[in-house]
Order: sequence, then structure tokens, then C-alpha cells
Amino acid sequence: MTVIHDRQSNPAAGDEDRPIGYGRIQRKEDPRFVRGKGHYLDDIVLPGMLHGAILRAPVAHARLVSIDTTNALAHPKVVAVITGKDLLGLKLAWAPTLSADVQAVLVTDKVRFQGQEVAFVVAEDRYAARDALELIDVEYDVLPPLVDARKALDADAPVIRDEIEGRTDNRIFDWEMGDKAETDAVFAAADVVVSQEVVYPRVHPAPMETCGAVADFDAVNGKLTLYETTQAPHAHRTLFAIVAGIPEHKIRIVSPDIGGGFGNKVGIYPGYILAVVGSIVSGRPVKWVEDRSENLMSTSFARDYIMQGEIAATRDGKILALRTHVLADHGAFNATAQPTKNPAGFFSIFTGSYDLAAAHCSVTGVYTNKAPGGVAYACSFRVTEAVYLVERMVDILARKLDMDPAELRLKNFIKPEQFPYANKTGWVYDSGNYEAAMRLSMQLAGYEDLRREQAEKRERGELMGIGVSFFTEVVGAGPRKHFDIVGLGMADGAELRVHPTGKAVVRISVQSQGQGHETTFAQIVAEELGIPPEDIEVVHGDTDQTPFGLGTYGSRSTPVSGGAVALVARKVREKAKLIAGAMLETRPEDLEWEKGRWFVKGDPSVGKTMAEIAMGAHGTIALPEGVDGNLDAEVTYDPPNLTFPFGAYICVVDIDPGTGEVKVRRFIAVDDCGTRINPMIIEGQVHGGLTDGVGMALMEIIEFDEDGNCLAGSFMDYLIPTAMEVPDWETGFTVTPSPHHPIGAKGIGESATVGSPPAIVNAVVDALAPFGVTHMDMPCTPARVWAAMQGRARPPI
Amino acid sequence: MQIPAPFDYVRATTVENALELLARYGPDSRVVAGGHSLLPMMKLRLSRPEWLIDINDLYELDFILRDGNKLRVGALTRHTTLLESEEVAGLFPIVRDAERVIADPVVRNRGTIGGSLCQADPAEDLSTVCGVLGAEAVIRGPGGERILSMSEFHRGPYETAVGHDELLCELRFGIRPRSGSAYEKVERRVGDWAVGAAGAAVTLAADGTVDDAAVGLTALGLDHPLAGAAAVLRGRHPDEELFAEAGRLAAEACDPVADQRGPVDYKRHLADELTQRVLRRACARAAQMQEG
Repeated sequence: MTVIHDRQSNPAAGDEDRPIGYGRIQRKEDPRFVRGKGHYLDDIVLPGMLHGAILRAPVAHARLVSIDTTNALAHPKVVAVITGKDLLGLKLAWAPTLSADVQAVLVTDKVRFQGQEVAFVVAEDRYAARDALELIDVEYDVLPPLVDARKALDADAPVIRDEIEGRTDNRIFDWEMGDKAETDAVFAAADVVVSQEVVYPRVHPAPMETCGAVADFDAVNGKLTLYETTQAPHAHRTLFAIVAGIPEHKIRIVSPDIGGGFGNKVGIYPGYILAVVGSIVSGRPVKWVEDRSENLMSTSFARDYIMQGEIAATRDGKILALRTHVLADHGAFNATAQPTKNPAGFFSIFTGSYDLAAAHCSVTGVYTNKAPGGVAYACSFRVTEAVYLVERMVDILARKLDMDPAELRLKNFIKPEQFPYANKTGWVYDSGNYEAAMRLSMQLAGYEDLRREQAEKRERGELMGIGVSFFTEVVGAGPRKHFDIVGLGMADGAELRVHPTGKAVVRISVQSQGQGHETTFAQIVAEELGIPPEDIEVVHGDTDQTPFGLGTYGSRSTPVSGGAVALVARKVREKAKLIAGAMLETRPEDLEWEKGRWFVKGDPSVGKTMAEIAMGAHGTIALPEGVDGNLDAEVTYDPPNLTFPFGAYICVVDIDPGTGEVKVRRFIAVDDCGTRINPMIIEGQVHGGLTDGVGMALMEIIEFDEDGNCLAGSFMDYLIPTAMEVPDWETGFTVTPSPHHPIGAKGIGESATVGSPPAIVNAVVDALAPFGVTHMDMPCTPARVWAAMQGRARPPI
Repeated sequence: MQIPAPFDYVRATTVENALELLARYGPDSRVVAGGHSLLPMMKLRLSRPEWLIDINDLYELDFILRDGNKLRVGALTRHTTLLESEEVAGLFPIVRDAERVIADPVVRNRGTIGGSLCQADPAEDLSTVCGVLGAEAVIRGPGGERILSMSEFHRGPYETAVGHDELLCELRFGIRPRSGSAYEKVERRVGDWAVGAAGAAVTLAADGTVDDAAVGLTALGLDHPLAGAAAVLRGRHPDEELFAEAGRLAAEACDPVADQRGPVDYKRHLADELTQRVLRRACARAAQMQEG
């Protein structure tokens, strides 16, 4: 097993104190970020650059009657105004989504959500572009909006996608997984069945930098350079080639520092396409960067699942089966990014961490007059919803059986010896030791003491809650035989070059939005080759400079690209062995490896370091036959399976009985992501995800009024948590390596976002037990908690 | 980047100069101090002044000074200054209570008491604070200076007695012995507008009974301190029964509206609950001052 160096990083320490490989080292990215020297999309300025702005629909559902751009075009600084009619001529009015649907780039016939793109102004500066939006006259014929997904399939519901021939309703898909008959039979025979509607409201990724693009089309050589806030530069290049008809070798996508992604930057937004059209039309570079309101109102949301859950068990607490039906609100266009053949992505992992006899889920997706999306938001393609459902249901069952929720979980976990474990809905979990993680979490929390404290407080009328959640994530999409996005397989490439002096550059296909790739991928190479991480440059985010791959989302960077990097380093190591053999005039099979050096078996003093071998490779020695004069390699890694990180979380809340305010007092997170490359970065990822979880559990929601107005169009209305709402995070870990991954790593980026909301909500519901509350939906705002205390808990949608 | 509609900008040098500029540019001009309410509204194009008159150089309006039995606070005094002032905290603990929960440190470093009161957002805290403390507002305009009570100054949501050619310059707070005050707010998150808040100021008689009292509510549909609160409380010993009675009174008097922060019944409950809490704390503080 991999040795993990777990010590504080100290930049002043000498090289001998710094891990050459895995360990706790400071991020290579941080100096530029903390000094304000990051280079974000909006920092890009090109000579002669124009600026674009998008006119957006003020209503949710309306027929477009007319657009008059005369006054806008008369603005002295306006260069062009583009409407849907112009795009029809270019065959660009509609673009394919990531889910086999189409989405309007600009409205041609009908507005389908508030904030939808109606026209694009290109002007000499940003201010003029924005001002000119007010000079465009648009006439709308307002239609009744559909904002309540529960009414989407009513006979009298307005048909949102009436442009699709033959479409008479708002149903996108019906999909199911698992054996229904078997599941129903288990339910029919079970001692105990509990059911509950569980709602995961619509929330937003809200990255720090909003979405934007700078398009630079060179009419002379026909090359498009597109700087974009994208998490998937290579996939975008292929899609642009297909959609816009520009040859793929004439497209270069650059994704600079993009100020966070969280899934918000996976898809192609109309603004990106409009920037390209603007550049082609004007012959000059065009920048378009949305403002915060545009980001919140029009870009990819997450969740919006109404889940009817049922759980069956024996009287003594053996969980037998789960079933659920989900109503999924996809907004006006089905633009969900998900790499499976299933329209609900990985939702069928809703069996969670438990050994069940049967399970069945079905999902109905519907259109509504809301922004499209459901891309991600740290959700691993609907794992977030799945884990939330099962972890709420298990808690509700525990209450019903009058069992401790931690005990109930321990009784039902998949056992270590059952791995690889095939669940009832088609997933094969790679490895796990759930009980160890759960027990560690309980030990760190002082679980028994907390329960005692709670009992004492209840005597005094104080409201303290302890919430437990246990999650199994499914990440690292994915094996190309099963997974693709619009036909592109999900393997990832890596190229490694070791320069003559022993310094290296590794080029990867995934794009960093804060995950620390420039550090961790250097550490993977360092671990494999013994070259210090600071001597390894990680190149990413530019399709002209990096190998093909599908990008960063769904916690796939380490599981897929990390595997590629480890394998390419091993390939270089094997080549180095051949070259070292030539240099030492020894047969390669007589050489032995120690980190950074090949030496002669039995004579450790005779050997060559990687730097010496690199110089040798590029030098004048006679190379063995078939060995090129370099120390480079490339691979494309097709993972054999997904990886299944897991964790045990415990949350302690206090609720003010007079006001319903929830205070998260403690949060204990034990994560197992397999091999740990950089514990400090892992902890940072966990801290971020837990904070995210507090936001969703306590405050975040995108609401709409009955007219279809989005009520979360700014950070004044869409709340995200601050340092004041979160406790000091208490983290712990276990290490259960993935058996099929080259370094045993599983991915950590989304674990905490997936695992924390159920722990917090379970804690809130636990605190409210004296009031007979068995469930309440997020967000647990003071008003909603108080309503639950009055016996009037209501779903938020 | 959210881009406001076009506007012009001028920086005032003195109060007189600010008043001249206001007269010159008329009703389409707006004074900007901290700007933390005005600028977001401009960025959302909900507010479109043609001129911004920046008064941040008017250092003459940035002061806290004791003047006999009054505390005078300049309108340009920043929230942070009020929060950190020991003198203010000693005399009027409600101010520190409120300032701690006004927005966040970044906003408090720039935002001013005058700006908060003139913006008169229904969820703004200092209108309630100044209301229950019985503060006076000193306004200067072309006709000279006038001094208004808070009930005259504050006319309701987004509306004050300050004319477009006038400037709020100072707040004056009467210092009374055996008095205490407190403020408490419920918010969905730090920095969000209040779901509801309450403030109370109490003066005790020598025998420990209530001599005078005022209760105000924020964001709960009560523009001025609760009428009749003093009459109900005066002469009685502060105890739980009395606090409960005042709470009921506040719940009946308020007129909240349902919004994303909560429904009417919850907000009415908060009026009751928070009124009891702030009265309890204000009375305890007054008693402490009495003993001290």
C-alpha cells in the first residue's frame, strides 16, 4: 500500500523535509491566487476587442411578436445587434444540449423561461453594450407560465415545447431501474414500511466568477480561438466543430483560471456561441461576461427533484428494500449533462451503503418554464439526490423502529468482505469498509456523550439535534464501453516529457477550477518518478497544448486523469530503465528501482538518477534498438470501473426554540477517498463541500412566483453561507484504496457536498423530535423550522 | 459586472458645498455616503440618479461627542465606529447590539448611520434603534437647520422628512439615568435583511418599576415605536408577565408581509418573541445601571 506522508508543509524547509510524491504540500496555484495574480476569463483583453451583452426575457412564457433593433443600432458605439432571426439564417438558432435535446440560442418563436436570451448587442465597450439593451423594443404576447412541476403533466398544462412536432405534453422521459416485481414482493411481505416525500429544491452552483467567453475568429486563416469558462475544453471543441461547422483543427479552446465551476461550467451556453457569432460578424474579438443576476437566473441549476421514497424493513431493523418515484423538473430544455445511458444519471445508486434484497426507482422528467440545467453542482450526476433520499429514509425508519440511527446503519452496511459488491440497480462498488469509517466518526464525535447531553437538554426544553449520514459516492466516469457524452468516450489522456535536465512537464486533459491539479498531478508524477513536485509543470486548459479528454466534473479528475498521469509516469519510468541499462552497460532486467533512480541489483552504488537518465536520453550515448532519444510518453486511460468513495458524517445542531434559528455547532466528517495524494488539498475540498452542504440545508433555494418570476436573481436573495454559519470542521479519514485504480485513489471533490445535507437535515429533524417532527424539507430557514415545530412543515415547492 | 445606467459624479467638499450641489442638480441627484444600498440598486437599474453627490469628504459629519446630557453623532459616522465605541455601548447598548448584526464588516466599514436612516429600508435596523431611543435628527437645508423627532423624520419605508435639497447632518440622543436598551434580530444568514427584529429602551424609576419604555420593530410592518407601550409598562415591575403582555401587544400591532423570509404568522410570532427578549434584556441592563 502507498505510504502517506502526513506532515505540515513548510515552505522554508529544505528539500529533505518536503515530500517527493504524496504528502501535505502547499498548492502551487496559491501564490498567484492569494496575490491577486490569477488570470481569469474577465482579465483577458485582446487588441480591438468588442463587448457583448445579452437582452433577456422579462417574462417566463411568451410568444415573441416582434423585435425592433433600430434604436440600438443607432447608438454610436453599437457595432451589431443579433437576433434569433439572424441565427436562423446561420442555422445557429438552436443548439444541441448534452441530453439529446435542443436549446434556443436566441428566442425565435417563444420565450420559455425568465432570463432567456432574446438578442445580443456587440458594442465598442461594455457600458454601451449594456445601455443599448434598453434601446431594443420587443413585443411579447404573454402566455400562462408553468412553474409547478407537479402540474406539468396536467391535461390543461401549457405545452412548453410546442415547437417539437407532435408534442402535446411536457413529459421528457419516464425511466426506471431495478426489479419492480421483486421489490414489490419484498415490500408486501415486510414487517415495517415507511414512506415519505423528500424534496431536494432547485439550487445554484454560484461560482465566484460568472460564465463568459472571449471569441477571436481570425478570418484570414479561419482559426477560432475561444477563451471560455469551461470545465471541459476538449468536449467543447468537438461540439463547436459539430455545431458551428468550423473544422476541429481550426478551433482552439482556452480555459484560463475560471473562478470555480461546480458543474456550472460544463455545458455550452448561448452566450459562448453568441460571442463566436459576434466575432465572425464584426471581424474583431468579442468578449461576453454575464453578470451575477444572469448567472443565477439563466445558467445551469442543480437538483429540483421531488422524491417519493419508501423503505421496507424487518421489525428488528434489517433493511430489506427501497423504492422511489421521482418527479424531476428539468426546466425549459433538457440540458442535463450526464454520461450514462440513463436520463437520471447515477440516481440509481440510491440504494446507498446498505445491503438490500431489492430496489426499484423510476423517474419522470418534465419541462417547466424555468432555466434549463441540472448539470452538476458537485452532485456526481444525481448522486446527491440519491444519497439525500436514502439517508433521510433510513433516519425516518430509525425513528419508526425506535432505534438509534447510527446503530441502524451499522446493522445494514455492506460488509468489507462483500466487495466488489453488486447492488440491485446495476452498480459494482469497488471497495469499502463502512463500519470502520462509521465507528471512527462516532468516536471523533463522542457519540454516546452527545446523546447523553441531548437527553439532559431535552429535559430542560432545549433543542439539540444529532444527525448521522453515511454516503457512498460513485465517481470517475467512466469506462468508455458504458459512458459517453454526446458520443465522446470518457477516457482521458496524459503526456509527459522529461527535459534533459530532469525537469518535467505533464499535459493533462482535465481543467482545474480550484481542485489543485497543478499540485496533485505533479505529486503523482513525483511519486512515480522521484522528481520533486516543484520540478514538474502541469499544463491544462488549452486544447492546442493538451491531449484529448472529457474534462473536470463528477469528481473524475483523479479517478480518470490521475490514473492517466500515473500510467504515463510509469511508462517513462520503464523507458528510463532501458536507457539506464544502456548508460550502465547492464541488462535492464538487472536494474532495480528506488524512488528517483535505477540501480544495479546487488550494487546500489551503481545507478543513474532520473536527471542523469534524462540527459542520457537526449545526449549522445547509443540507445537500445527501438528506443527514441527522449524521455517522453503519452497514454489514454480508459478506467475499468467507476470508483466509490464513501464517508460517515455526524452533525450537531442547536435550535432556538423561540425563533427556529438553527446553529450548526459541530460537524464531524470522516472521508475515505482511497489513496490520499495531498491531505491538505483533500481537507480543503471537504471543507468547501461541507460549507456547501450548510448552504443547501439551511438557506439555498431558487424559488419562482406564480408568474414565473425567478426570486433568486441576486446574492441579496440567493443566500450562500459565510464563515459565520459554519463551525470549525472536524475531519478524519480512513484509507480503502480502489483495487482497480493505478494508484488506488477514488476522488474527493464532491463527497462532502453529497454527504453533508442529509447529516444536517437529520440533525434538525432529530432536534425537533419532541414536537413529533419526523421530516422537514430543505432549506431549514428559521420560518420553515418554526412551521415544522407547529406541525405545519411544508415542502418548499 | 452589473452596470448601472449612465450618471455623473461630483465630490462635495463641505456641508455648504453639498447643499449647493443638491440645489444645482435638483431631484435627479442623490447623495452617496457608504453607498451600500444605493449602488446595488443602481447596478440593478432600480435606481437611476443622474448625479451622485459624494459626501465622503465631509469629515465634519464624522464624530461622536458627549454634549451635556446628549450624545451627538455625526451623520457620516461609520457603522464600525459606532460598533466599536465604548462610550456608545455604555450609554446605549442597543446600538452595539444592532451594529453587530448590520450586514458584514465590509459594509460596516463604509456604511453610515445617516445613510441607513435616509435609505429607510423597512428592514433597516437603525431606524428602530433611533426610534426607541427617542433620537432627534438635525437636518440642514437652504433654509438653515431644523431638528426633528424620529417620528417626524421617519415617514415609512424608503421615506423620510429630508427634502431633496437637504442633508441629514447629525443625530442627538438624550442620556438618561437608570436606563437600558437592547436589540435582537432574526436573519436567515449573516448579512441578509432581517426576517424580523425588535428593539427596546427602558428607564426605571428609583423603586425599580418602569418609568418609561419604548419598543420598536424592524421589517415587521411597524413604522414607529409601538404606541401605548409606555402606558402599559409604566409603573409596573419588570417581570415575565409584563414582558409577555408587551409581546402580545407588539404581535397585535405589527403588520408584516409574507415574503421569502417567512409567512405572516411566523413574523407575528417573532414580534412577540423578540419583544419579550429585548425588554427582558433592556430591563436587566437598566437595573444593572441603577445598581452601578
